[in-house]
Amino acid sequence: MSDARTRPTTANVSRAVLEGPDIQRALTRIAHEILERTKGAQDVVLLGIPTRGVTLARRIGERVARFEGVTVPSGSIDITMYRDDLRLRPARPLGRTELPADGIDGKIVVLVDDVLFSGRTVRAALDALGDIGRPRAVQLATLVDRGHRELPIRADYVGKNLPTAMSEKVKVYLSETDGRDAVVLIKEEDR
Amino acid sequence: MKRHLISAGDLSRDDALLILDTAEELAQVSQRSIKKLPTLRGRTVVNLFFEDSTRTRISFEAAAKRLSADVINFSAKGSSVSKGESLKDTALTLQAMGADAVVIRHSASGAPHRLAEWVDGSIVNAGDGTHEHPTQALLDAFSMRRRLGPLDGRRVTIVGDVLHSRVARSNVLLLATLGAQVTLVAPPTLLPVSVGSWPCEISYDLDGVLPKSDVVMMLRVQRERMNAAFFPSAREYSRRYGLDRDRLGRMPDHAVVMHPGPMNRGMEIAAEVADSPRSTIVEQVTNGVTIRMAVLYLLLGGAELEGGAQ
Repeated sequence: MSDARTRPTTANVSRAVLEGPDIQRALTRIAHEILERTKGAQDVVLLGIPTRGVTLARRIGERVARFEGVTVPSGSIDITMYRDDLRLRPARPLGRTELPADGIDGKIVVLVDDVLFSGRTVRAALDALGDIGRPRAVQLATLVDRGHRELPIRADYVGKNLPTAMSEKVKVYLSETDGRDAVVLIKEEDR
Repeated sequence: MKRHLISAGDLSRDDALLILDTAEELAQVSQRSIKKLPTLRGRTVVNLFFEDSTRTRISFEAAAKRLSADVINFSAKGSSVSKGESLKDTALTLQAMGADAVVIRHSASGAPHRLAEWVDGSIVNAGDGTHEHPTQALLDAFSMRRRLGPLDGRRVTIVGDVLHSRVARSNVLLLATLGAQVTLVAPPTLLPVSVGSWPCEISYDLDGVLPKSDVVMMLRVQRERMNAAFFPSAREYSRRYGLDRDRLGRMPDHAVVMHPGPMNRGMEIAAEVADSPRSTIVEQVTNGVTIRMAVLYLLLGGAELEGGAQ
């Protein structure tokens, strides 16, 4: 996200926590876990939360197809209209919602996001799903779980558990949108 | 985005594209089984209609309800306005009720502008006299873009009663902002004096303009405002400026026909043209709800902006 709250008195110290190959391995493992847990990924639909969740959902879908030859539909679900913090900032532009042609009724929906933090985004996504259809089950996959949950939500598939301080920021870069793969931990330090 | 939507001319290119892009996403909501979003829960939208209107009022009402806002409909008939209440007192009443947005239609040009000085909420102009009707222009641009793609360099011809048309003015301003080339075609008596300063071209020859048009928008002949002899007879108007099958045939194959409604079939537009697949008239109504959802979301969905200026 692009909320650069850097004041002139602070300096950012950033450290890469995951590099390109680490991300690839994490996604590979998540794909295997999805296949294992859903017994072959029948009826699975991958829905990414824009922007980077969509890219991750697509990558996981490609892996599942490669490992067991099942085509898993992937799409995106925008949660902007369901956020609980809309009144805190000026109205934001909407992301894309693209649902697979068969819809989500009776399917196992795996929500995919880049970073799991407070859990509020996932709460909004669950509300959005409820207005679109009635999945058989909803699961959650995330590349990074950085803790600090504010709601009773947990991920089913986690790329990396990353202990963080509240003041730190986690940024995910993916080659499709950012030209490289990396997860970076940004520390704000007072000078 | 500014706090109010009073003139299409107030919209920057970025604002206009943001509204159109937002509407593009919201269009999906109308196709779902649950056509509702929780976004404006707890917000109040007042529809303040001093002039008759069905489609615009219903469209705003549907848009606000799909975003979960509370809607209060107010029409001048049967209200204290018929007892002589002034616009200002009506505004103060709305203010006291805590309206977050007021959608106003008024027969006097400039009424929404005045209203904006008296109430704290966002004002959306739903048509003021012969001045502007910005959400109509937005839904027209949205309908064009859905059929033809980006509007840069597209040629749009607007035909008919430009003098009394708030739709024409808003469309000219918005389409110029979006990079389209607009040509107005009308009898000289039905063009406003100020038209020379508008960002568009003028022609009196419909047949000459049609082959070069990507969009032909027919305006309604507003009989209720025809208080002088603007043209000799309805038949003559129809022959020179009406869109019939012959003229439709002279347009390029990809070109579309639009009409803001309500239509006078047989007057400015022939029934078979209005019902042809190249006409966007029914889509325009559907798109109207979508574009108004986008406008209400962008005006009310975020934080309250500080100060009246922004």
